[in-house]
Amino acid sequence: MYDFSYHRPKSVADAIGLLKGKPEARAMSGGMTLIPTLKQRLARPSDVVDLGGVKELTGIKVEGNNVVIGGMTRHADVATSAEVKAAIPALAYLAGHIGDPQVRNRGTIGGSIANNDPAADYPGAVVALNATITTNTRKIAADDFFKGLFETALADGELVTSVSFPKVEKAAYMKFPNPASRYAMAGVFVAKTASGVRVAVTGAGATVFRVKAMEDALAKNFSSAAIKDIKIPADGLNSDIHGSAEYRAHLVGVMARRAVDAANK
Amino acid sequence: MTAATGIGARVLRTEDKRFLTGTGRYVDDLPLARATYAYFLRSPHAHAKIKSIDVSAAAKLPGVVNIFTGKDLVDAKVGGLICGWVVKDKHGQPHKSPAHPVMAVDTVRYVGDTVAMVVANTYDEAKDAAEAIKVDYDVKTANIDLAKALDKGAPEVHPEAPGNLVYDWEIGVKADVDAAFAKAAHVTKLDLINNRLIPNAMEPRAAAADYDKGTGNYTLWSTSQNPHVLRLILSAFVLGIPEHKLRVVAPDVGGGFGSKIFCYADETMVCWAASRVGRPIKWTAERSESFQTDCHGRDHVTHAELALDKDGKFLALKVETIANMGAYLSTFSTAVPTYLYATLLAGQYTTPLIYANVKAALTHTAPVDAYRGAGRPEATFVIESIVSKAAAEMKIDAAELRRKNFIPSTAFPYQTPVALQYDSGNYPPIIDEAMKIADYKGFEARRAEAKSRGKLRGIGFSSYIEACGLAPSQVIGQLGGGVGQWESAQIKFNPTGNVQVMTGSHSHGQSHETTFAQIIHSKLGVPMEQIEIVHGDTATTPFGMGTYGSRSLAVGGSAIIKATEKIIAKGKKVAAHLMEASVADVEFENGVFKVTGTDKNVPLAQVVFAAYVPHNYPLADTEPGMDENAFYDPANFVYPAGTQICELEIDPETGTTEIVAFTAIDDFGNIINPMIVEGQVHGGIVQGVGQALMEGAVYDKSTGQLISGSYMDYTMPRADNFPSFKLGYKHTPCPHNPLGVKGCGEAGAIASPAAVMNAIHNALAPIGVKHVEMPATPLNVWQSIKGAQRQAAK
Repeated sequence: MYDFSYHRPKSVADAIGLLKGKPEARAMSGGMTLIPTLKQRLARPSDVVDLGGVKELTGIKVEGNNVVIGGMTRHADVATSAEVKAAIPALAYLAGHIGDPQVRNRGTIGGSIANNDPAADYPGAVVALNATITTNTRKIAADDFFKGLFETALADGELVTSVSFPKVEKAAYMKFPNPASRYAMAGVFVAKTASGVRVAVTGAGATVFRVKAMEDALAKNFSSAAIKDIKIPADGLNSDIHGSAEYRAHLVGVMARRAVDAANK
Repeated sequence: MTAATGIGARVLRTEDKRFLTGTGRYVDDLPLARATYAYFLRSPHAHAKIKSIDVSAAAKLPGVVNIFTGKDLVDAKVGGLICGWVVKDKHGQPHKSPAHPVMAVDTVRYVGDTVAMVVANTYDEAKDAAEAIKVDYDVKTANIDLAKALDKGAPEVHPEAPGNLVYDWEIGVKADVDAAFAKAAHVTKLDLINNRLIPNAMEPRAAAADYDKGTGNYTLWSTSQNPHVLRLILSAFVLGIPEHKLRVVAPDVGGGFGSKIFCYADETMVCWAASRVGRPIKWTAERSESFQTDCHGRDHVTHAELALDKDGKFLALKVETIANMGAYLSTFSTAVPTYLYATLLAGQYTTPLIYANVKAALTHTAPVDAYRGAGRPEATFVIESIVSKAAAEMKIDAAELRRKNFIPSTAFPYQTPVALQYDSGNYPPIIDEAMKIADYKGFEARRAEAKSRGKLRGIGFSSYIEACGLAPSQVIGQLGGGVGQWESAQIKFNPTGNVQVMTGSHSHGQSHETTFAQIIHSKLGVPMEQIEIVHGDTATTPFGMGTYGSRSLAVGGSAIIKATEKIIAKGKKVAAHLMEASVADVEFENGVFKVTGTDKNVPLAQVVFAAYVPHNYPLADTEPGMDENAFYDPANFVYPAGTQICELEIDPETGTTEIVAFTAIDDFGNIINPMIVEGQVHGGIVQGVGQALMEGAVYDKSTGQLISGSYMDYTMPRADNFPSFKLGYKHTPCPHNPLGVKGCGEAGAIASPAAVMNAIHNALAPIGVKHVEMPATPLNVWQSIKGAQRQAAK
């Protein structure tokens, strides 16, 4: 990797201060994407601001009807949290199926959604559960957060401090893993909350997206039979040696039906 | 000897103590004072002319010690890398042998071809400097697609090989085979691709070298499977360093699967440059370099036809294959798709007539050479695929058709129509046992049950034969092989009675330190903890051929047996003297010399001591010391055989395949350590299933970029992809080696691709799928199902 200045602040304020005015500085949470990128010399940041020492960013708490997860909370902690398992078991399941044990014990929810890898799992949950992302400056609705391939609504130097998920009536996440990397090739999060049904797809497109036709059908009849004839257009979906766009479109349908069945169990 | 530690015992591995506690010593672990670090600049293009290389800016960067390019090697008159097996084409002409410069001079021929070597004080400084080297490339059209590589107008890889053809080789008499086809009641035809694989040894290739200016001695540490052969190649052909001035050490090596047999540019450069730089040089491949520059495996396009009579008796087999050589001919590349492939096309069957034609093609891809099984997996895949296809077409049970054509046990030694003479075997009991363990009879009920869960269940056979322990040397020489195929051993007792056993074979995961010690323990009665197996260092071991082709036990183990016989013979003379008896009356058993019919005895340790402190010793006719050498050149190959049965379920909605049961019954002759053999079979099956379901080297067909260049895109098999395997053995001892052993290192990988793919075809046949190529990834299977559905709808 190329040389950079390394910082390990203890507070959000210090972290923001370190990032300010340095367009080439990068914040690092778990480093699960940034470190391999550095090692391959694909990035050349001037500074790396390691958020690992910022205690205020970690932890899970229940606030009224919401589960609030600190931005630096690791996937393994979400997967094993009694609060998450009780309120939104599908979210604990999702966190428990990200990467491998090493990744789950390093990677964080804030890092995952701020990076917005098209094949990441968390964006599916954030959008399907209609979560709210809190940063050091504002609150952002899930639908406004994910903008495109590795692109979010976050401004330079803006950090995800927590993500708030409303409790659900029913939800499930099903993903079809890429055979090589085991990232999601088509991951579908289906959630039924007080405000309605949402279906969010990750891995198949440039960024997470909702499937309105399925949401409408499931709102009327929350069963896999209700969506069995809904076809996902392949246009614009990802295509590579592991899955054509047509295959991914097909898998979205299969995973959606399996998610609904799992949610109904 | 005691069953607990001798031949046949499940002795835990001696080497595991260091491997499991992280104290193994690999090339990269070497502490070398004043070391420099090398980084190789690789070609980013599959095919380009090098217009210029400007290293001036790079040379000025901090820490840079030296930069070398191909031109420096030309100026220093360094030889090119060699191909060590001359295959003669069907007209008797030697294969086309294009130059293989150690580093590219004016042309790069694959993505990863070596362009420059930077030596610096640190690895990062070397890498920084490499980025600053300016290479002006004139990018040309690349020849990537094997199926079109020999077509008229395909971009030429080397002017020395017009039309990219290395050889057009054949075995068998085509006219005889054609005549048999004309009379056949049934002909089964099959087109298949044997997918290209990337070896992925756990330890990447590495090299380190030191030059001693005072003595002119070079030491090269290398991740080699055959250090003596590497030294020979570097000395005699490439660098011209006298053999006695070059020591090659292959310490602990973390897997090879064939990819570490060969002499590569990297260790050649590290060794050569060490004397120029005047400091030691270290280099370890990054994983991306391993993907791009380790020799790849397989990569055939094949058309095969099998002629049968009305009862399913095989009449003749005809095979046409185009084999990919990549951009340069690697060390043993030419032999793999000929003598290690077409000579195996009889399989376990009495097929009386076989004709095979193999065309070797150059492409702008990484060199292709031996990879676990080397030719034999490709042969087995052809035979076992076409046999199962013929069974399905003729509506004969797949096991029944095999049984009908097996070479009967009474026919050994059996001369096949493709040169090999099988020494021993008994195939029907193997398939019977496999079918029993796999509960073949219960399969249809399991298929029906799976269907009720929406799953398509299939079962597939693969009855393989393989030839390992290449031999004898004279035959290999007649076939064009450039080296001998014997093995060496030295048994050196120390005065205190413990023993060092030097072997010319090399362990890079095969557990020689345990298996060979068990042999010594059984034959000489020395306790296991007093035996040290020494390998991998040309300075301490006798010249040997190394480890590949499942040869170590059959050939290297036999050399050890020969050396034990010499030790015992000498020991008898000493013991006779000590016991005041006639040599003819001395017998040796369980580590003790005895006078027959008396209670007089003397243990081996005492004999050894007497040999080193010869105060009471038959010096008149016996030399002091207890140190014996042996060389063993086998009379023939050994021929392991077996049957695998794979049972799997396919999820037709996603195309995902799950292996639900896997049975392997093998005949490896006598077995020294069943636990270690099982480990070999497990690993082999996993590698073969990896080929069948997951692995595939994918190059972009126009640019030649390696798309599957990391673990993000190259699917490796993982533990959770597999059920527990059901293994079993049948034993027909090899009649021509002293241990009665055959080889077990490659069998799993040789047999399993066909077992898996036959099961896939069996599962998908009911819904009309005709053919699925390897790897049967979820996408591939799903597309095959879609294709069949579209066909049915028409």
